[in-house]
Amino acid sequence: MINLTIDDKKIEAPDGATVLEAARLARIDIPTLCHDPRMKPFGACRLCIVEIGGLPRPVTSCTTPATEGMVVVTTNSKLERLRKTTVELLLSDHPNDCMVCIQAGQCSLQELAYRYGLRENRFKGAVRQHNRVDNNPFIMREQDKCVLCGLCVRVCDEVEGVAAIGFANRGFESDICPPFKKDLDCEFCGQCVAVCPTGALSGKMWAGQPRLEQTRSTETTCTYCGCGCNLTLHTHADKVVRVTSRPDNHNRGWLCVKGRFGYEFIASPERLTTPLIRRQKGGPLEPAGWDETLDLVASRLTAIRDQHGADAVAGLASARCTNEENYLFQKMFRAGIGTNNVDHCARY
Amino acid sequence: MAGLATKFGSGAMTNSVEGISRNKALFVIGSNTTENHPIIALRMKEAVARGAQLIVADPRRIPLVKFATLWLRHRPGTDSALLNAMMQVIIAEGLEDKDFIAARTEGFAEFAESLVKFTPEFAEEVTGVPAEDIRRAARIYAGAENAGIYYAMGITQHTMGTNNVMAVGNLAMLTGNLGKDAAGVNPLRGQNNVQGACDMGCLPDVYPGYQKVALPAVQAKFEKAWGKALSPRPGLTASEMTGAMLEGKLRGLYIFGENPALSDPNMAHSIKAFNALDFLVVQDIFMTETAELADVVLPSASFAEKNGTFTCSERRVQRVRAAVSPPGQARDDLSIIHAVCSRIDPAAATSSAAPAEIFAEVAALWPNMAGMGYDRLDGDGLQWPCPTADNPGTPFLFKDSFPREGGKAVFSVVPHVLSDELPDSEYPFVLTTGRELFHYHTGTMTRKSKGLDAVAHEPFIEINPSDAVGLGIKDAEMLTVSSRRGAIRLKARVSDIVPAKVVFIPFHYKEAAANMLTSDALDPICKIMEAKVCAVRVEKAAA
Repeated sequence: MINLTIDDKKIEAPDGATVLEAARLARIDIPTLCHDPRMKPFGACRLCIVEIGGLPRPVTSCTTPATEGMVVVTTNSKLERLRKTTVELLLSDHPNDCMVCIQAGQCSLQELAYRYGLRENRFKGAVRQHNRVDNNPFIMREQDKCVLCGLCVRVCDEVEGVAAIGFANRGFESDICPPFKKDLDCEFCGQCVAVCPTGALSGKMWAGQPRLEQTRSTETTCTYCGCGCNLTLHTHADKVVRVTSRPDNHNRGWLCVKGRFGYEFIASPERLTTPLIRRQKGGPLEPAGWDETLDLVASRLTAIRDQHGADAVAGLASARCTNEENYLFQKMFRAGIGTNNVDHCARY
Repeated sequence: MAGLATKFGSGAMTNSVEGISRNKALFVIGSNTTENHPIIALRMKEAVARGAQLIVADPRRIPLVKFATLWLRHRPGTDSALLNAMMQVIIAEGLEDKDFIAARTEGFAEFAESLVKFTPEFAEEVTGVPAEDIRRAARIYAGAENAGIYYAMGITQHTMGTNNVMAVGNLAMLTGNLGKDAAGVNPLRGQNNVQGACDMGCLPDVYPGYQKVALPAVQAKFEKAWGKALSPRPGLTASEMTGAMLEGKLRGLYIFGENPALSDPNMAHSIKAFNALDFLVVQDIFMTETAELADVVLPSASFAEKNGTFTCSERRVQRVRAAVSPPGQARDDLSIIHAVCSRIDPAAATSSAAPAEIFAEVAALWPNMAGMGYDRLDGDGLQWPCPTADNPGTPFLFKDSFPREGGKAVFSVVPHVLSDELPDSEYPFVLTTGRELFHYHTGTMTRKSKGLDAVAHEPFIEINPSDAVGLGIKDAEMLTVSSRRGAIRLKARVSDIVPAKVVFIPFHYKEAAANMLTSDALDPICKIMEAKVCAVRVEKAAA
């Protein structure tokens, strides 16, 4: 363990911790735009600057290892002035369109502008115009809102192992793009969208839907493969409008294209909405009431059992459905019908 | 399942996803992990970034190959020869874990004897993998301090699927890669609740918790718990049901949340079987290919509309919570099943259809879940075994012993068996099937999600450039692919992802259903169908 002092607080941090990590362990707030504890430190946004006893200038706390006996100051008028100027510079090249931005309420930059009270901007000049619309159904890039924190580039490389995007050009012309500035062509996992601190990356399916703040959240488990990722379903007016995943769960908040963007089937107009009965072989399936249908199912299955024996009836359970449903299903066949003819298609 | 259960006493993933990044070596065989288990694949990539060596064995150049130290491109259906040869090398070079073998296994002598003929040179003939690569793979895997094996349907959907799984188990036993962190034998489950459906006893020979229906003591336990006389006769497996329907022995069938009319190999045969039934009930959220054949269709709820639990690959039981209401008159599956069961026999139904109460009933019947209840499942859930209310769950199995009589794992002799249907002059290509990233199974859900359907909207067949030249086929050209069971039309995707003489078709698309072609030859032990190997002919489609 390392012992250090941050803002006059004695703090114990594990070996290898950075100053930022040590401060956050002690619940000391240091603003960041480019930091995500699931990735390597990057030191791009300069907001996490702190003063360290013995060093002549402020340093970025996210890239500075904590050392024994270190004395750290995270906030004073000089540091706050520097941070405010950094945010002001970012905002000088940022569309002032929070009213219509999808990220409003969740945006780290908006939060910083609010914190520093930046209604006016001392810096005026050219603004970047590299917006583009990709020909894919998932990811919206509005790059005039990009703060070049590099989280999207790093998550795609460090976590996803795909490296579909990178930094191009230098200085004012810097931007994030796929090789040769082509259309985004990737796995569409949306990890980049999930880590973007501003509205530069968002889901195309989310456009015009309620913003996150207007939705109700339900914690649940993904319905697709056997990874068992935790999902947060965001709903509005009895409809799923967005899917996210918390970073503190066992899948660390990472999802795939199906988990993150494959939710539209829930509200598909093709969903079955009423019981259906085929009243004669070869005839059509016709809508029916629940009671009639349930009675028919029970009476036909028991009639077959009574005439041909319990083993003339069988059930195929579901590897998609819940434990409780599967339990009750096999119990119905074993205890209700009297057969062990119960299996499911994916048992291998 | 059957393979690992025989050897270890349990067929589940032995270790945890969280530990994958701490593997020193990983051996991935028969699993296209990045496309089928994308989030588990992230941990594999993380392990590689931390310096682990990755061996990938797959006939296709799957995306994971890019991260591999070594890629073994074996011929489809030759997995066990490859595994046996790796183990022959391990023993020949003295790389086995002698202490582990002596203390925790049985049957080693006979097993070691059976490997003698599986030299890397013999395996090279069978698998097409250079003998030297087989030696390297053996040394990487056996030389690592802790190594995990990861597999999926690529080794199980074969007539010798159980043998393949046993060979995988042998390999881990031989090197002592069981009963410790960040190692093990890890079957990756293809659907959200395969593990749970098995745990809950949706298998013809076991009650919940793998308690055998044929054992009188078990029968008595469940008769007491459920208050009903129960049958000691194991039932039919899903694949045996098809035959029983055609023979008229099976007359009534109730299917919920599955679409076997599209997902079963040799689907023309299964559709005929469903049509032979007196009465078919299908409970689903969409009018699936199977529901279209039904006498009664029951509209049910999607995962977003109901409460319950799923158990993922790593034995983790997690909550599912309703976020929206089901459409129209649709109801959640639990209420439907409860209503049907109450009408069949009120004494057999549970006292209520409340998920928490039903979960408690399960927990009382299976010691591995005895310590779980809804009050403990918030957050990330719990991994079984979790025998008591203060047990934190179990990240890896077999720490001290194996749940078999005597407590040891048993080596199995795995003979050399060929696939049931090999290519010949009439059907010269090997067809293998699988999934792609953007779709899931029969596409019931993903093809109704606009974005996913937009990026992957039509069926295709992958064919090697050399074969394309031989047949005069261009990329995106329409082809007819036929087997002894049927024919489909779909677009060519000329790609070296597949080796020469092997073609690949994803099985998501009903308009060119791969399972029209696949074979329903069965593994004699666990009755899985051989969806991964059959012989086909490929031709330009007639205009």
